[in-house]
Amino acid sequence: MNKKLSRNRTFLIIAIPVLALFFSFNTLPLIKGLMYSFTNFRGFGSYDWVGFRNYIDLFTDARVGKSYLFTFKFAILATIVTNVISLILALGLNSKIRAKSALRGIYFIPRILGGLVVGYIFGYIFTYILPAITGHGSMLSNTKTAWIAIVIVAAWQSIAQTTLIYISGLQTVPEDVYEAGAIDGATGWQSFKSLTFPLIIPFFSINMVLSMKDFLMVFDQIMALTKGGPAQSTESISYLIYNNGMGGGQFGFQSANAVIFFIVIVIISVVQLTITGKKEEQL
Amino acid sequence: MKKKNKVAANTNWPVTILLFAGCLTVIFPLYMAFVIAFKKPSEMTNDIAGALSLPKSWSLENFAEAMRVTDFWHSFGYSLMITLITVVLAILIHSLAGYAIGRSMAKSKFFNISYLYIVSGMFVPFAILMMPLVKQTAQIGIDNWFGVIVCYLVFYMPMNVMLYTGYLKNIPIALEEAAFVDGASTWSTYWRVIFPIMKPMHATVAVLTALGTWNDVMTPLVIMSGTGANTLPLAQLTFQTQFGTNYNLAFASYLLALLPILIFYLICQKQIINGVVNGAVK
Repeated sequence: MNKKLSRNRTFLIIAIPVLALFFSFNTLPLIKGLMYSFTNFRGFGSYDWVGFRNYIDLFTDARVGKSYLFTFKFAILATIVTNVISLILALGLNSKIRAKSALRGIYFIPRILGGLVVGYIFGYIFTYILPAITGHGSMLSNTKTAWIAIVIVAAWQSIAQTTLIYISGLQTVPEDVYEAGAIDGATGWQSFKSLTFPLIIPFFSINMVLSMKDFLMVFDQIMALTKGGPAQSTESISYLIYNNGMGGGQFGFQSANAVIFFIVIVIISVVQLTITGKKEEQL
Repeated sequence: MKKKNKVAANTNWPVTILLFAGCLTVIFPLYMAFVIAFKKPSEMTNDIAGALSLPKSWSLENFAEAMRVTDFWHSFGYSLMITLITVVLAILIHSLAGYAIGRSMAKSKFFNISYLYIVSGMFVPFAILMMPLVKQTAQIGIDNWFGVIVCYLVFYMPMNVMLYTGYLKNIPIALEEAAFVDGASTWSTYWRVIFPIMKPMHATVAVLTALGTWNDVMTPLVIMSGTGANTLPLAQLTFQTQFGTNYNLAFASYLLALLPILIFYLICQKQIINGVVNGAVK
């Protein structure tokens, strides 16, 4: 009995400082951010409470609206592109091929590289190499194509991990599933759609949730490739909060933006988790 | 022998060839960075060949210049220090927290809520913490590399605690009870019995935390810029304007920034891949 008490005490002695640390650098700044969102704080000097004015302004601010539109457009296309290519790659890398581990090793490289430097390297490709091949101007200087360039770079990096997760999913599919399917005459697309895919849905949901969340928070690639341009057409929410909140004197206003962004992330994560959770149950 | 023949006969050559061709999408940007980094600006003619051909002579001049301009060893030192300290502390603190919480979650409401509290931190985007954290770290005088480490320990806590508590579920409690009977305290049981058993999870945590901190731009950008100290990615951002149109110098610098992690990957490829996959799937 004594021992149990001392065990519980040890656990408490461990947990309390850890919780305090977590509170101080996660919850406390979150609360402060919420507080600042009700002020007209510019990042320095004095400030006043302005009630919900920042929130009302947010919904009428064209630049904020544009950044949400861009971020979602980007995140949705990037998620689709990443998952489709990754699934195809994973099927290939999991089939009877030569040099399997070498190929997997190469396809994984983009995951380990820093997004900023990768962005700079691709920036050169978009600015000099591609125009020389196609004869058109740089994708990055056109408001219609700049966001596509960012999708390409973000997907290039993210495909590495997504593919690996699909491969580990495919490895959980027992060989006899295919054999049974082959007897029933299921081949190719048919076999994938009705046999393989349903079995790897848990991995599909992990990938959807992970990639969507990452893409919604896109920052490094924007910083390296466009800095939000041209004409603010590629300003992601994170970039706008950083740029205008830290340097643009909109500390209070962008705090309100960050609060809304936080709520949006929570809603999307919860919706995704419930939808995919339901799908898994049905199986 | 017979089996090997069968495998060879079954090799799907079209897919193998397609996959090798697809590798070019990964290799091309790296190849380009590599050859441009070795060239002289005069070799960069306006056509593609000027950029993509092999350099006439392999000179390390650009690298030496890039190291000087970006103060490479300094930034490298900071990156290495921040990453190493973060990883070591993450393994020590997060595993302990995972143990205390994981072992008491089922019985105690306090620990159950603590678990949910920490794990729900995963949904908090950095964007909302960023501005208050800048103020907060400046107020208590840790707007430097140390503050960056403290932030990382908090940012990675939700994921790591979740990984550790998940892993602990598969470690039978009987192991600890045996040590108890021998009179060991909870504390010493943890370090002698549980901590070593969790080695596979330490590897996963180390890989995920290291990749995240090594490549991160945003946290050092907002917290330690202005101190004069840079991490490797931060140095690229800071000196980007100084490279101007000297792409050879810029690419030498990019390559230098990528090289440490590429070498690390060559050495521990298997552990890194396993770590990333385990972290996502578990």
